[in-house]
Amino acid sequence: MERHILVVFPHPDDEAFGVSGTLAQHAENGTPITYACLTLGEMGRNMGVPPFANRETLPLIRKKELEEACKAIGIGDLRLLGYRDKTVEFEDEELLADRIGEIIAEINPSLVITFYPGYSVHPDHDACGAAVIRALKRLPKDKRPTVHCVAFSKNCEQDLGKPDVIRDVSAVIDKKLAAIQAHRSQTEGLMKAAAKRGGDALEWLKTELFWTYKWED
Amino acid sequence: MQPIDVCEVQAALNRFANQDVYIHLETTNGAYASHHNEGFFSAGAYIRNGLIRFHRGKITGNRPYRVGLKLDFGWVYAEGLTDWEMTEKGQLLLAGHDNEGRLAVALQLSHEPF
Repeated sequence: MERHILVVFPHPDDEAFGVSGTLAQHAENGTPITYACLTLGEMGRNMGVPPFANRETLPLIRKKELEEACKAIGIGDLRLLGYRDKTVEFEDEELLADRIGEIIAEINPSLVITFYPGYSVHPDHDACGAAVIRALKRLPKDKRPTVHCVAFSKNCEQDLGKPDVIRDVSAVIDKKLAAIQAHRSQTEGLMKAAAKRGGDALEWLKTELFWTYKWED
Repeated sequence: MQPIDVCEVQAALNRFANQDVYIHLETTNGAYASHHNEGFFSAGAYIRNGLIRFHRGKITGNRPYRVGLKLDFGWVYAEGLTDWEMTEKGQLLLAGHDNEGRLAVALQLSHEPF
């Protein structure tokens, strides 16, 4: 059992598709979870189907959606770090790592979950993962927690090999679906389309994949 | 214009930081995008001679590039940038040209109005 899990992602809903089943399982085991979410997804293009958000109301709507998703998963400690969507890569890398480092020092996690820097497609994802790795590199190698990374770039398996952590989350699929549906502004259209297709359109949600980060130094 | 050199553009951005500067920012799919491709949803916007002050400007990415300017109360951002030029008037011109060489995005900074 993990002592404490720290999740660091840049956007509300980054946790929903890729890791919410894993987190729900850990929460059921009694492991405390802290989720540091860097932005409120202010620049999202999805405004609901039909649209119920606009550029100015979207952040507050997504904040509430995120809080609801955390409740569904069993995340007890949500930290909103107040950065802005699509700008994470332009922040000062050291200062960003400082913020994440403070949380690491405070909660002393045994497992950290984030994006694999360089293999996560969206610049915010890569910058987020890079900041987490930068913060952890400041610790002596033997004091660093395990890091499980999410990656989905086209070249990720070619460069990183197969994911080494493969988790069946079908036992908590209801909680995962609730987390996804909580992000209504972003996911409702997608979920309706999947329901329409029917069959095994949502089968992929039952498996979650991670690459354990390998330290070079 | 010439292909972006990250170091030179970064140095140029730094020279515009912490002072009032005029900005030109535009994105465009071209006026005929929806004409030539009926399913294409064309959208764009532009600002001419906005007066801004940023304390950090940064170029990232790997051809095409992205530039973000952090203001005291906001952000300016452009993606898809490929080429740059420093004019005789000391204006920094950044542009993104598509595969056919057409302008898709422009981000420009100047000490005097454009």
